[in-house]
Amino acid sequence: MRDLSGQNHYLSAVRATPFYEKQKAVDLVNTWHRWQGYTVPDVLDNVTVEYFAIRNSASVFDITPMSKYRIKGPDALAFMNRLLPRDMTKLRVGRVGYTVWCDDEGMVIDDGTVFRVAEDEYWLCAQERQLEVLKRNAIGFQIEYAEITDEVAALSFQGPVTCKILKNAGFAGIETMKMFDLRFFDFPDGEIMISRSGYTGDLGYEVWVQNDQAEAIWDTLFEAGKHYDIRAIGGDALEIARVEAGLIAAHVEFSPANETVRPGHAKSPYELGLGWLVKLDKGVVFNGRRALMKEKKNGSRHRFVKLDVEGNKTACNAYLFDKKHGKQIGHVSSTAWAPTAKKNIALGFVDMPHGEIGTEVWAEIYYMKELKWNTRWAKCTVMKDAAWNPPRKTLTPPADF
Amino acid sequence: MTDMSNTTYDSIIIGGGHNGLVCAAYLAKAGKRVLVLEARGEIGGAANTMTFCDGRKVSPCAHYLNQLNSTVRRDLNLTSHGLKMAGSDISTIALNPEGDHLFLNDQGASGAGISANDAANYGRFMKLMQQYSTMLGFLVDLPPIDIFNPDWDDKVAALKLGWNVRFGLGAEKMSEFLRMVGMNIYDVLDDEFDNPTLKGALAFDAVLGTHTGPRSPGSVLTFLYRMVAGTDGAVELPEGGMGAVTSAMAKAAAGFGATIKTGARVASVIVENCVATGVVLDNGATYSATHIISNADPKTTVMDIVGPRHFEADFVKRVDNIRMRGNAAKLHIALKSLPRFTNLSAEQLRSRLLIAPTHDDVERAFNHAKYGEASANPMMEISIPSIDDETLCDEGHVLSAIVQYAPYTLKGGWTEAAKDNFRDACIDRIARYAPDIRDHIEAAELVTPADLEQRYGMRGGNWHHGELTLDQMLMLRPAPEASRYALPLDGLYLCGAGAHPGGGVMGAAGKNAAKTILSEGRS
Repeated sequence: MRDLSGQNHYLSAVRATPFYEKQKAVDLVNTWHRWQGYTVPDVLDNVTVEYFAIRNSASVFDITPMSKYRIKGPDALAFMNRLLPRDMTKLRVGRVGYTVWCDDEGMVIDDGTVFRVAEDEYWLCAQERQLEVLKRNAIGFQIEYAEITDEVAALSFQGPVTCKILKNAGFAGIETMKMFDLRFFDFPDGEIMISRSGYTGDLGYEVWVQNDQAEAIWDTLFEAGKHYDIRAIGGDALEIARVEAGLIAAHVEFSPANETVRPGHAKSPYELGLGWLVKLDKGVVFNGRRALMKEKKNGSRHRFVKLDVEGNKTACNAYLFDKKHGKQIGHVSSTAWAPTAKKNIALGFVDMPHGEIGTEVWAEIYYMKELKWNTRWAKCTVMKDAAWNPPRKTLTPPADF
Repeated sequence: MTDMSNTTYDSIIIGGGHNGLVCAAYLAKAGKRVLVLEARGEIGGAANTMTFCDGRKVSPCAHYLNQLNSTVRRDLNLTSHGLKMAGSDISTIALNPEGDHLFLNDQGASGAGISANDAANYGRFMKLMQQYSTMLGFLVDLPPIDIFNPDWDDKVAALKLGWNVRFGLGAEKMSEFLRMVGMNIYDVLDDEFDNPTLKGALAFDAVLGTHTGPRSPGSVLTFLYRMVAGTDGAVELPEGGMGAVTSAMAKAAAGFGATIKTGARVASVIVENCVATGVVLDNGATYSATHIISNADPKTTVMDIVGPRHFEADFVKRVDNIRMRGNAAKLHIALKSLPRFTNLSAEQLRSRLLIAPTHDDVERAFNHAKYGEASANPMMEISIPSIDDETLCDEGHVLSAIVQYAPYTLKGGWTEAAKDNFRDACIDRIARYAPDIRDHIEAAELVTPADLEQRYGMRGGNWHHGELTLDQMLMLRPAPEASRYALPLDGLYLCGAGAHPGGGVMGAAGKNAAKTILSEGRS
C-alpha cells in the first residue's frame, strides 16, 4: 500500500492493518472489504481450503479491526460489573469472558470478550465501536478508559494444531491454558498476550501484540507451522465456521441497541439465547437489570433458534412458518452449508412460544437457478446444540500432533 | 409520639425544605412513621428566614409567596400552625428612571403614559393568561401522565386536559393558546402592546428566576407557570419571611407525628441488593426505612447522595444532562430608614418594585449571562418587606431584591471582588430610581447562585432544582424514568422541586410524592 502516514492519510478511504503486507503477499484473488475503517480480505485463496484450515489444521485471521478498549482504575471491577450483566466478581485475573452489554431497556448494544489482565485492568474487545458507551458508563467511576484498537494488532489463530504450533514457536506451557485463559509471554520488543478464545467454536487462540511486533509474530507462527498446513484466511471462511458454531454477529443476529431507531427492533440477551450471561441476582445494579427482570417474569418476544434445514438449499433470508404454508412466525438470520457437520444449517428467530428444542418449523426458501427464481418448502428441526461443538474446543491439554 | 430509639421508619426524607416537610406531613397524616433529616441547623432549606446583619431578617431566596399550593395550604391547615400574611394582593410598580412609573394591580394598568388601548388590553391579556393557567392548573396536583403505560387516572387526566383545552377554552381561545404556548414572551408582547414599560415588566416576570431571556423559546410557558398553582396569580408576603411558611409546615408535620432532626446531614444512602434501605449521616449514625425520599435536587440525589453506580448508565447520563443553571442573585440591604424613590410615596413602597425598563433591556441583560458575565445593567424585583412586617427588623428596614442576571458559572468565578463589583452595580442601579439610597444603607450583601449552592445544596444555585423548560417539565421532569417520584432504584423517591411540578415555594411536589407513595400497592 502507498505511504498513507501523516498528511497522506487522505489518499485512501481505508487503512491497512499491520498485517496488510503479510496478507497481500499470499493473496491470490484480491477480494477485500472494509471493516471498521480497515481493509481486510474476504478470501485470500479459496474459501473451502481456508475453511478446512480452521477445522483441520491452523488458520490465521487478522482481527486488528475489532474494537479494543483498556479500562483501568480502582473502580474497574465495579465499572465492569455495572456495564455487563455477568457477575464480574467471578472473572479472575488471567481469565476471559464472553459477554453482551445492554442499554437501560435491556436491549443488547453489542457482544464481545472481556479480558481481566490485572486486578484493576480489563480489556474489552467488541464488534462495534464502544467509546460513547464507555463514556456514559464512566460517569461516577474512578476509571480511565482508552480505545486501543489502533495500538494493538491481533490475530485469531484457530484450528486443531494451533496449540502444537504455538508450542513449536516456543510459547512454553501454552498447552496448560484452559478455555478462556489469558497469559502474557515474552517476545522480542515486549510481552505479548495470548488468550484461548475465538469465534470458530474450535480449539484456538487469539494473539495480541503491539503494532511493531505484528510482522514478527506472523513470521513466527508461519515458521513454526510450516509443516502443519498453517494458512492465512479471509472473512468468508470464518463466517461459515461461526454459523456452524452457532455464534451470533452484530448487525446480523441483532441490531445494536444504541443505533437502532425503530421501536422493537433491538433484542434482549434472552432473545439471543444468551440468558445464561444475565445474573439478575448478582446483587448490584447493571445496565438493563430492571427491564430484564421484567422480561424474565413476563416472557420474551422471540426465541433464537439453531436450525437443521432439510434438503440442500440454504434458507438464505427465508421467512419461518409454523407449518408448511402456515402462519409466519419468524425469519432466518444466518445460513451455511456446514462442511464439517455435513448439515444445511441456519440461525434465526421465531416468535414465542414457538421453537422449542426438537420441534419443527418450516422455511420458505427462494433460490435462483440460471436467473430463474424457484421456491421450496423445507422442514427445519430446532437443534439443541450448535452444529459443530467438538470436545477439543475445551480439552486441556489439547491433543499433540 | 412513640419511642423513637428504634431507628426504623417507614419513610426517611432527606432534606427539610418546604417540599420535604409537606411530604412528611402527608405521610405522617396517613399514619406512617416519618423521619426528616435536615443537614442545616434549621429547617426550611432555601425557604427560610435568615438574619443577615444585626437584628435584620430576610428571606434568602424567594421573598414573595405566589405559588403556594392551595390544597397543601388547606390540607396542612397552615394558618392554624401560625402562617399569617403580612401582605396580600401585593401590587406591582414598574419603575421608570424619570419617575413616570407604571402601576399594575387587579384594577388594571396606569401611569407611564400608557394608552387607553394598552390599558384595556392589559386587563384582557392577563385574564386570558389566567384562564390558560387555570386550565392547566389541575396538572400541578397530579403525577405526570404516564403516556407509555397509562392507568385509569392517567387516561382521565389526559381526557380532562383535552376537554379543558377544547371545551373549557372554546375553539377560538384554544387556537390562540396553541399559537402562543410555544412562543417567546418578547414576540407576544410586541403583538399585544406598545408601552415599553409594560412590556419590560411582563417580560421580566416571564424570565424571573430562569436561565432565559424574553426572546428565549418557552418564555410564554414560564410566564404561565408563575400563575399556575398559586392563588390566581396573587402575590403574598408571609409574616416573618419565608421561614414562617416552612415553620408552619414543620409544625403540621410534627403535629401528625413526623420526627424532624436538624443538623443531620445525610452522607449517603444505604443500598442493599439493589434496594435503598436506609441512610448514613456524616456522623456515622444510620437509619433504615422502606422508603427513602430525597428532597435534594435530582442531580445531587443521584450523583452525590446515592451514587451513579446504583443506577443504570442511560439514566445516569440523563440526570447528568439536566440543566440547572442558576442565574439569579439575591441582594439584601439593611436600611437605617426608607429611601425616597422618585415620585413614589412611602406607602407605595409596599408594592413589588420592578426594574426592567423595556423588554429589550431584559434581553440585553441576559446577553451577558449567555457568555458567563453578570449583566452590566441588572434587572430587579425589589421588596421592602419590613414596611408590612415588623417582625423582620428591630429598627430600620430591610430591602430584598432578586437580581438578574448573575450566572452561576461567572467567568473568573464569584470571587470577593466580583461579588463586590456586582453588588455595587446593583446598588448603583437602584440609586437611579432612589437617588438617596446610599445614605440609608447600613449593610448590604449579595447572595450569588454559587452561594445558594453552597448554603442550600442546590446544584448550580438553581432554585427550581432544574430549569423549567418544556423538555424538563411534566413527564420529562427530571427524566422519563423518574417522573412519577419513584427513582429507578427500588425504595428511593424524589419529593423536591426537581420533580413535577417543579420549583417555587409551592409544596405540590412534596404532596404528589406522598400521595404516590401512599397509593403504592393500591393499583
